[in-house]
Amino acid sequence: MAEAGWEHFEHMADIGVRGWGPTLEEAFAQAALALTAVVTDPARVEPRQAVTIELERDDDGDLELLLVDFLDAVIYEMAVRKMLFSRFDVEIDDRRLRATLWGEPVDRAKHQPAVEVKGATFTELKVTRSDDGRWVAQCVLDV
Amino acid sequence: MDISKLERIDETCWRIPATGKMRVPVLIYADEDLIRDMDDKVAEQAGNVASLPGIVGACYVMPDAHWGYGFPIGGVAAFDPAEGGVISAGGVGFDISCGVRTLTTGLKREEVEPLKKSLAEALFIHIPAGVGSKGSISLNDAEMDAMLKGGATWAVKQGYGREEDLERIEEHGCMAGADPAQVSKRARERQRREMGTLGSGNHYLEVQVVEEIFNPDVAKVFGLEADEVVVTIHCGSRGLGHQIGSEYLKLMQKAAKEAGIELPDRELACAPIRSPVGQRYLGAMRAGINCALANRQIITHLVRKVFAEFFPDHDLKLIYDVSHNTCKEEEHEVGGKRRRVFVHRKGATRAFGPGHPALPEAFRLVGQPVIIGGSMGTGSYILVGTTESERRSLSSACHGAGRCLSRRQATKTWKGQQVIAELERQGIIVCSPSMRGVAEEAPQAYKPVDAVVRAADKAGLARLVARLRPLVCIKG
Repeated sequence: MAEAGWEHFEHMADIGVRGWGPTLEEAFAQAALALTAVVTDPARVEPRQAVTIELERDDDGDLELLLVDFLDAVIYEMAVRKMLFSRFDVEIDDRRLRATLWGEPVDRAKHQPAVEVKGATFTELKVTRSDDGRWVAQCVLDV
Repeated sequence: MDISKLERIDETCWRIPATGKMRVPVLIYADEDLIRDMDDKVAEQAGNVASLPGIVGACYVMPDAHWGYGFPIGGVAAFDPAEGGVISAGGVGFDISCGVRTLTTGLKREEVEPLKKSLAEALFIHIPAGVGSKGSISLNDAEMDAMLKGGATWAVKQGYGREEDLERIEEHGCMAGADPAQVSKRARERQRREMGTLGSGNHYLEVQVVEEIFNPDVAKVFGLEADEVVVTIHCGSRGLGHQIGSEYLKLMQKAAKEAGIELPDRELACAPIRSPVGQRYLGAMRAGINCALANRQIITHLVRKVFAEFFPDHDLKLIYDVSHNTCKEEEHEVGGKRRRVFVHRKGATRAFGPGHPALPEAFRLVGQPVIIGGSMGTGSYILVGTTESERRSLSSACHGAGRCLSRRQATKTWKGQQVIAELERQGIIVCSPSMRGVAEEAPQAYKPVDAVVRAADKAGLARLVARLRPLVCIKG
């Protein structure tokens, strides 16, 4: 079974996030973890409080659009609740995406947040599955 | 950028002729060094913009351009609604009306220098900056509507600043045509606690000294004197603008498909100006512009309060407030006739020349101040709009230095503490909640702003007036 993980990739002004895993859900969760890592070290964020999000899928089931919607929803919760998240449980079915985000309020001394994320973009946007079953979800974030 | 594909028009102008699906050519303004360092993606993205319906004249690229999303950052393009012209959320960007304003203080450098450190600390305490910071203002729905309609005019009415500030702001402080009804609940929610906050990343508040004056006559009109201390604020429309950008980018994917527009890049999603989505976006984006103008106005008020504690006899006067992420309806001469077009400036500053009717009386004879933010180590510039920029770039100039190193590379190369220590040796105090943020914004991660403004000056997009050097930099 493919391992799960995340990384950042280069973009001149902004930053790319890439998550991968054995399932689509895991790739999305890892991409969200990469999003947190743009702001702070996820290891510093304790998963103390849960926030749930739910999204309707686009009519034509576009997975790439779903990734942008999902990351935008995480960015929204981070911005409105002034929280950071370090654990993401994602479920995707035919019609919707449900996710529970675990984290804690931003503590500037503890988290030293580097930069705010404005939104997920369509640049380098890809959700793919390779022959070995590994799912990859990525895009550039505007910071 | 591979210059073999470009036609060189003159020392600072390069042309990519319209080929394939391009409807108009691309004109890039840069000297040879800048253009060689420019990303190839800039040419590709500008070519894509040139293929959108209803584009007129050319797609113009500023000397500080770099790879953006959809449009290059530093891209300027005008669309004619009468020819099926489009409006693009990606052509404005996520930070709607991100911009800069500069205030004079009437203080000389030697008066500020001894108090620099405590002034920096006071500004850092009183101006909310960085991730997780909250403003002290919370708006209910009716107040939010009034702010989105009124911009800086609303802010002044609430006591943040004064009447005379308003004429020193683009659109006289209030963007007409804003439609708060098109701003979603989520965008409002994201803004609720963010009025009067600076944000993060490349946004900053700087106390600067006028280090050199290139054009004394214009400097005098702007109220600038050598060795005088000024304050510059760089920020935008905060969460509200970001949310509008995200939402309309998605709506425009569908709108473009429905209008039968073939998109060379998904990020170029757009809608015909005369379509319902196009009109809704215009209403929301203009509300976003007002949010940015109100935000910079509130921060100005906070800065004045801090300065009043240190220098009670001095008054901070606004020189001008310019935005560099907008789409504005303007009249321009294109192809030999006057047209009303929608000019997208994505990472580009409007630069009206002398005599333009939109300019306040004070600048009518000389042209508009063009404020160009640099990095925290290298300083900023003030230029003035020219008559020829109307023809050369639809009255537009560059907006900043532009990054030359990614954030990741920057953090691999420098540590925040080291950047702060080095800048302190140069007499610049940096305050930031994040050491990694400081490393990501290290001065060397940006192109040399001097080369960018020299190219803009040489190309006639705007003329040099003054150079500003930071004394204090508050980073989000």
